[in-house]
Amino acid sequence: MGPAGDGQRQQIDGTVQEMEMTTKSKQRVWGLAWVATAILLALAGYAIFFVAPRELTMGNIQRIFYVHVATAWCGFIAFFISFFGCIGYLASRQMEWDWLAVATAEVGLMFTTVVLITGPVWAKPVWGVWWVWDARLTTAFILEMLYIAYLLLRKMVTEPGRRAMISAVFGIFAFLDVPLCYFSIRWWRTLHPAPVIGGGPGSGINPVMWHVFLFGLAGFLALTVILVRDRYRMEALRQKISELAADLEEREESLESKEVTR
Amino acid sequence: MSLTRSTGAVLAKELKIELRTHDLTNTVLFFVLMVAGLFSFAFSPTVQESRRILPGLIWLAFFFAGTLMLQLCFVREQVNDTLAALRLAPIDPSAILFGKILANFLFLVVTEIVFVPIFSVFYNVNVWPVMGQLLLVLFLGTFGLSVVGTVFSAMTAQARMRELLLPLLLLPVLAPVLIAGVEATSELLGAHPGIGREWLSMLGGFDVIYVTATWLLSGFLVEE
Amino acid sequence: MNFALPTSLGVEFDRVEKRYGGLRALRRLSLSIAPGEFVALFGPNGSGKTTLLRMAALLVQPTSGKVRHIGAENLSPVDVRRRIGLVAHKALVYDELSARENLSFFAKLYALDNAEERVGRVLGAVGLAHRAGDAAGTFSRGMRQRLAIARALISEPRLLLFDEPATGLDRQGREWLEQTLTGLHEAGATLIMSTHDDSVASLAGRSIWLRAGRLERDTAAADAPLERGVRQ
Repeated sequence: MGPAGDGQRQQIDGTVQEMEMTTKSKQRVWGLAWVATAILLALAGYAIFFVAPRELTMGNIQRIFYVHVATAWCGFIAFFISFFGCIGYLASRQMEWDWLAVATAEVGLMFTTVVLITGPVWAKPVWGVWWVWDARLTTAFILEMLYIAYLLLRKMVTEPGRRAMISAVFGIFAFLDVPLCYFSIRWWRTLHPAPVIGGGPGSGINPVMWHVFLFGLAGFLALTVILVRDRYRMEALRQKISELAADLEEREESLESKEVTR
Repeated sequence: MSLTRSTGAVLAKELKIELRTHDLTNTVLFFVLMVAGLFSFAFSPTVQESRRILPGLIWLAFFFAGTLMLQLCFVREQVNDTLAALRLAPIDPSAILFGKILANFLFLVVTEIVFVPIFSVFYNVNVWPVMGQLLLVLFLGTFGLSVVGTVFSAMTAQARMRELLLPLLLLPVLAPVLIAGVEATSELLGAHPGIGREWLSMLGGFDVIYVTATWLLSGFLVEE
Repeated sequence: MNFALPTSLGVEFDRVEKRYGGLRALRRLSLSIAPGEFVALFGPNGSGKTTLLRMAALLVQPTSGKVRHIGAENLSPVDVRRRIGLVAHKALVYDELSARENLSFFAKLYALDNAEERVGRVLGAVGLAHRAGDAAGTFSRGMRQRLAIARALISEPRLLLFDEPATGLDRQGREWLEQTLTGLHEAGATLIMSTHDDSVASLAGRSIWLRAGRLERDTAAADAPLERGVRQ
């Protein structure tokens, strides 16, 4: 290859160095973000148990509300972003959108799992049963199924471009299903309490409870952001690795052909 | 060439092949017959219980039969790479999907027309007085199944483990159809037969939303 | 035989890249084929010939770079597709349908007029008139290849892409293929053909060698090697 090869190498070395430097300072910022989120969540935990008043009818078990509702919101927000990631990919065909879609889908799935675990734990002492097929629980359950299916589909398609496209279409189909599910189940049966927050007149909670809830929500939202960011970065690195592997292969090939020529 | 004409051409081709081989219809008819029998062995329901479980049984039987059938619809096009031939043609890519959706819908509808009376006999539930409404509900739900199922069949045709994958993708998305379909069927077979407006609009709404989505996304679906 | 209409379609690849994950089927390949040219593509398996042909047929989208059809500046994408014919690795016909039904179906998709008459004419031209009513699934390899070529010709394309068209043909079949290709070329159609068969390839006016997704040699470039390291 001669001079051209050396030039290429220099250029690659340069980019690697640059990457390392920016990575380091970025890592520091995100490391701080992790620490801040951990502190925020720890404080929220303290507030939930020691600051928030004891609810009159349900007792201490009601404290699960702060986790249950906050994670439900975060999960739903994550899925909503994932939906936009899917649309963004189809519109632009830029892999970055696909990374965003998968990162938010996985994080959303994690939060939905928390919702599905905390839900029954709360329901058992209050409603007397672990599980009821009411509108919101069932919607959460179907959401869980839909996004497990989304991740399974991604596992079964190996070629990244094709995987991004197919899973984007599925992501859109799955998300369109959410309102349909919600209304069909709502008409079917509903036991879940009407939304306590913004659920019209008569609803509403104690201001201290409200502040604790917001505090917890802030913690979980921060957690959502850094988890999504880490997961996104993982996809980006994965692509970088496959590109580097392809480059390496190419260099080996050109070396081989050089030998053949000699 | 207009979308309707090219859709018609694809539909006619599907029907011609099916009439020649009977692969799909035979499989589905046998599957539903088997389910009808096996459920009765498994639960040996009384007349009262039959009335209660029959709606769910009918819908689940057709859902699983449909899933079975839909797997083949794009795999068939891979044998000789005929999907490429369809994509080469100067037609709207949604015509390929809509032609297949309509074909799958017709195959399932034939099965339903054959099997609703058989279920009625096996489970001693008189469906004759509400036959028309029952078929309307079934057709609306089946259309939704065909739309989403055909699209997912196109998506999974080149995936690993596609036989396992399709039901996993399809069944959760069909949850609203199952709920609305079973509820509407239960009301029809109940003591005071009637038909819930909300269930019909749910089934119709599902069809409209997914037909639109399919139409918008069809270009991506048939891509290599 | 006069399948091709007077004005034909060329194709231009502009720094085209196609990746399948880590695998690069085409690597920043630039190539221009003028209307009416007859080009033979050579290269070992996996060198990118099939990807290149399918890209020219608008079946495969490049990961980056552009594919442009020369002479199609004022045509809609659908009208461009109407003028392209492909003979691929697989036959692109339905086994369950007869030869005639297959061709009629595709004639309908292309919205051709006088479909009946045209199907009969093409069946005669590829020498399948006597088996027109038999299911394609019962055909021998050579006959399937003839049907595949008939399918590509039914719409009178002006850009014809052949992926190993000689596969499965006996000597008589090859002679027929050579005649057909010459006829199409004389009628002004652009032909791009990947092949391992030297006698069929000798008909082409220009030869292109691909290697690992790159252009290795192009006889149109005055027989000059394109890259260092390629020996004459």
